[in-house]
Amino acid sequence: MPTILLTLVLLGLASAAYHLGRGKALSVSADGAPLHSLPRYHGYYVALWCGLPALALLVAWTVLEPQALRALMIAALPPELRGLSSQHLSLVVNEVRNVALHGAQPSSAAVAEAARHYTALSATGSWLLTALCAALAVAGLSWGRSRIHADARMRNAVERVVGVALVACSTVAILTTIGIVLSLIFESLLFFEHVPLHAFLFGTEWSPQMAIRADQVGSSGAFGAVPLFAGTLLISAIALAVAVPLGLLSAIYMSEYAQPRFRAVAKPLLEILAGIPTVVYGFFAVLTISPFLRAVGARLGLGIEAESALAAGLVMGIMIIPFVSSLSDDVINAVPQSLREGALGLGATRSETVIQVVIPAALPGIIGGVLLAASRAIGETMIVVMAAGMAANLTANPFAAVTTVTVQIVTLLVGDQEFDSPKTLAAFALGLVLFCVTLALNIVALHIVNKYREKYD
Amino acid sequence: MNQYIPKGTAKVSARGLDVFYGDKQALHHIDLDIAAGEVTALIGPSGCGKSTFLRCINRMNDLVEGARVSGTLTLDGNDIHDRRLDVVQLRARVGMVFQKPNPFPKSIYENVAYGPRIHGLARDRAELDEIVMNSLEKAGLLAEVESRLSESGTSLSGGQQQRLCIARAIAVNPEVILMDEPCSALDPIATAKVEELIDELRDNYTIVIVTHSMQQAARVSQRTAFFHLGKLIEVGGTEEIFTNPCEPLTQGYITGRFG
Repeated sequence: MPTILLTLVLLGLASAAYHLGRGKALSVSADGAPLHSLPRYHGYYVALWCGLPALALLVAWTVLEPQALRALMIAALPPELRGLSSQHLSLVVNEVRNVALHGAQPSSAAVAEAARHYTALSATGSWLLTALCAALAVAGLSWGRSRIHADARMRNAVERVVGVALVACSTVAILTTIGIVLSLIFESLLFFEHVPLHAFLFGTEWSPQMAIRADQVGSSGAFGAVPLFAGTLLISAIALAVAVPLGLLSAIYMSEYAQPRFRAVAKPLLEILAGIPTVVYGFFAVLTISPFLRAVGARLGLGIEAESALAAGLVMGIMIIPFVSSLSDDVINAVPQSLREGALGLGATRSETVIQVVIPAALPGIIGGVLLAASRAIGETMIVVMAAGMAANLTANPFAAVTTVTVQIVTLLVGDQEFDSPKTLAAFALGLVLFCVTLALNIVALHIVNKYREKYD
Repeated sequence: MNQYIPKGTAKVSARGLDVFYGDKQALHHIDLDIAAGEVTALIGPSGCGKSTFLRCINRMNDLVEGARVSGTLTLDGNDIHDRRLDVVQLRARVGMVFQKPNPFPKSIYENVAYGPRIHGLARDRAELDEIVMNSLEKAGLLAEVESRLSESGTSLSGGQQQRLCIARAIAVNPEVILMDEPCSALDPIATAKVEELIDELRDNYTIVIVTHSMQQAARVSQRTAFFHLGKLIEVGGTEEIFTNPCEPLTQGYITGRFG
């Protein structure tokens, strides 16, 4: 029976179990015994006993079945095929699977035989699963139902299951994060077998082309990531130079000066900036900002390239304005009104109050917002690909084309690549560095924001 | 008896003062004179308009959306609501101490130095030091904080914070000090200290204090004004009000029959 159908059947059984359990509880209470838990909790209890073990078996089976089938099938192969190297063996396994599942033409009698065996195993497994699930469901149902009596603490039992379910959900998120980090670390370790760590972190030349044939010239590959770090820093710095003043000042205007009616309209409008897809910002950078900058540069006698760090940085700055302004606005509003009144009551003007009292009080929160915006800027890819180019120049000149860590990760992984060449593995090392930097920024930002919150709440 | 003209000169004088918050009238036609060099206590149940009256004197009500004022309110004979009047200047002459201590998140020294700095009262650091020390001394706080002037003002205890706020107000050298329930967030010992301080300050400043505590009004003030539902019911010498009030409403309030 297909897995989806089986799942549906199990859910149906569970809902039937609910009604059975509830019905029995109702009849128990009709006999005059006061129930500890409401009848529906008895229903939930029986439904959980009926559904959960069977569903757990289903999940475990789905995960493990391919491995088991493969092992059984290989065990049944003729010895000359079984003795092949692991790479060849997996080719054979794939062929068998293709023959069995998609009706491909077998290349040899042995493969055809294996495919028949595979199909038979698979069918048996499917029946076995269905039978086991059904048995578990029915057994669970009757066990759960047998536990129903007036004093049974079904409410507490259901509560425990809810707790476990919540823990399971958060565990999934945490495990995923750990998995991502581990995969980054392992692939990076492979990379550092080819390229020494110091050459990667401190080398100043980035040219990740590798020779495909031994006789090729000039393509030994250089993996000095400093130009990438420098480009990332340059663009992020430009972006922050745009976003911090604009965002902070607009936040001050919104929270301290604007009329409530204006604020109600303007704040959501400003936050729309955060909802524009980054690709669209990329268009904007390439089609509007870059030509404009070139024209202005030509007028002033500056050579601004078509792809420049400046264009990308400016547009990225506009993109992260909402991060700065929205968070700053929140923390400025959280500054107690009594502080403003204190300053105004001493005869301070509004701007003196804002600059000397409100902003210092809100500063930790504002710094937190800026750091979050910075980690967003560092991780941004699309705008840079479109507006700043791919050339790994080591320069502090904002008018030149530069490239960033994220852009290089994309370039390294796009196209046909061997997955064990340093060129591909370099992407993981870059990703690891990027991850570490943004993680550190986020931790610092959250720490600062939290420290601030303790003070006024 | 709906008005009171003190024997001395009136520092602050209200005539027919009405205050509205939006459609709601918070004060009805108040006639009240506040004498120089005295402590005037404003008492009355919550929402009676006593804080509103207080906040008119340094125009803090300007900060409230939809607040409107009519009638006249004068400081030394000059209309406080005159368009040509500089609010910032007014607030330098009329200091304020709030219900909850609100020290700035700065050092103790900077908290007191803030007012003199923005008004340019000190020509150099030595003068500023002098103003700060003097103000802390007058607020009775100097001995407690002398060794830790650079620590944050928020690190002090509640009562110390409130006296810091009083020092901060004094540092600008105001003529009038408004106090909006200055002891409501303090324990009895800190309250006693602040009350003692108010009594000492009386010689140099005109003080108006809003309080919910009848005992406090009796202890610190020379004049008491009783507000009820936005109207000034009665004003007179504190002793008189508490021993022999003219109005039955006042009688009812001070004997605790309502409020």
